[in-house]
Amino acid sequence: MEHTIEHGEHAGGGTKEIVKVTIILTVLTIIELLLGFWMIGIPLESSSTRLTIKGVIVILMLAKAFYIVAYFMHLKHEVKNLIMTIVVPLTLFVWFIIAFLYDGNSFKNLRNTYDPHYKEQSTIKVEKKQETKPAAHGEQHDVQEAKH
Amino acid sequence: MATTATAPTTNAWGGGKSPFNAEYGKVMMWYFLMSDAFTFGAFLISYGTIRFSTNGWPDPNEVFKSFPFAPEGVHAPLVFVSIMTFILIISSVTMVLAVQAGKNMDKSGVVKNLILTIIGGIAFLSCQAWEWNHLLHEGAWWGSNPFLNHDGTASSTNFTNYFFTITGFHGFHVFSGVIINIIMLIMTLTDKFEQRGHYLMIEKAGLYWHFVDLVWVFVFTCFYLI
Repeated sequence: MEHTIEHGEHAGGGTKEIVKVTIILTVLTIIELLLGFWMIGIPLESSSTRLTIKGVIVILMLAKAFYIVAYFMHLKHEVKNLIMTIVVPLTLFVWFIIAFLYDGNSFKNLRNTYDPHYKEQSTIKVEKKQETKPAAHGEQHDVQEAKH
Repeated sequence: MATTATAPTTNAWGGGKSPFNAEYGKVMMWYFLMSDAFTFGAFLISYGTIRFSTNGWPDPNEVFKSFPFAPEGVHAPLVFVSIMTFILIISSVTMVLAVQAGKNMDKSGVVKNLILTIIGGIAFLSCQAWEWNHLLHEGAWWGSNPFLNHDGTASSTNFTNYFFTITGFHGFHVFSGVIINIIMLIMTLTDKFEQRGHYLMIEKAGLYWHFVDLVWVFVFTCFYLI
C-alpha cells in the first residue's frame, strides 16, 4: 500500500514548479486588480465596457482556480480516475450558473414589466449625506438605466 | 472472480492495485472538499441570482474603500482587499513548501513552513476582523445596509446579508484551517509523523488550506471586483 502511493511522487515538478505557479498567480491577481482600478473610472452608463471587463476578470479568476487546483492541490499529477471523480461532478456548476442567473435576470425583467410600483421605487434617488454628486446628470442616466 | 484474476488486466478497477493511487484519507479529503465546493457554490450562485434579479446594487469601490490607520474618509478602494488576497496566496505557497518538505522527510522544513502558514492565516483573519468591525461601525450588518446603490437609489439589505454570510463562512473555514495547521505543527514537533514514517497528514491539511485559498479567489472576485 505504502509502495503504490510513493510511486507517484516524482510526477510533480518540485520547487521550480511552485515558484512558477506562484509567479503566475501573482501576475494574474495584479492584472485583475488593474482591471478593477480601471473599472472605477468607467461610468455606469457604458455598461457594455463594464460587462466586458467583468467577463475578463471572471476568466482570469477561473485561470487562477485552475492553477491552484492543478498544481498547489496537485490534482494534475494524480491518476486520471481521481481527476475525473473530482472534476466531472463539478461540471454541474456550468448548468447551475446558467440556469440560476438566467432565472434571476428573467425575474427582474418580469417585475420591471408587470410591477410598476417596484420599478418606480427602484428609480427614486436617495439624497446623499455628504456632497451630492451631480444630481441632474445622475437622474438622467438613471432614467436611461431603468429603460434598459 | 476467477476470470478477473487470470486475465492480464490493465483495468485500474481489476483489483490488485489502488485505482486512485492515493491513500484513503486523501481521497476522502477530496470528496469532502468537493461537497464543500458545492456549499460555497450554492451560496455564491444564490448571491448571483439575487444580484441579477435586482435593479441596482452597491458599488464595491464605494463600500470597501477604507484602510487601517488611515484617516477617516480616505478613498482607497481595492487596496486593503488586495493585501488580504496576497496574504492568502503567500500562505498557500508556504503550505505547498511544507507538504514538499514532508515528502522529503525534512522535519525542520515542515515546522518552518507550517509556522509561516499559520502566521499568514492569522494575519488574514485579523484583516477580516478589522474590515467587519469597520463595516459594523458604518452601520452595515445582517439586516442593515447603509450603502446606496451605484446609481444613487436605495439599496436592499441583500447586499450586506450575502456579504457577511459568505465572507463569514469563508472566514470560519480559514479559522478551522489555522486550527488544523496548529494541530499539524504540534504533531510534527512531537515526532508523530517521524514515528509513522511519513508526513501524509500534512498533505491532507494542505489540501484543505489550498481549498480555503481557492474559495477566496471566488469570493474576492464576486464581492470586491465585479
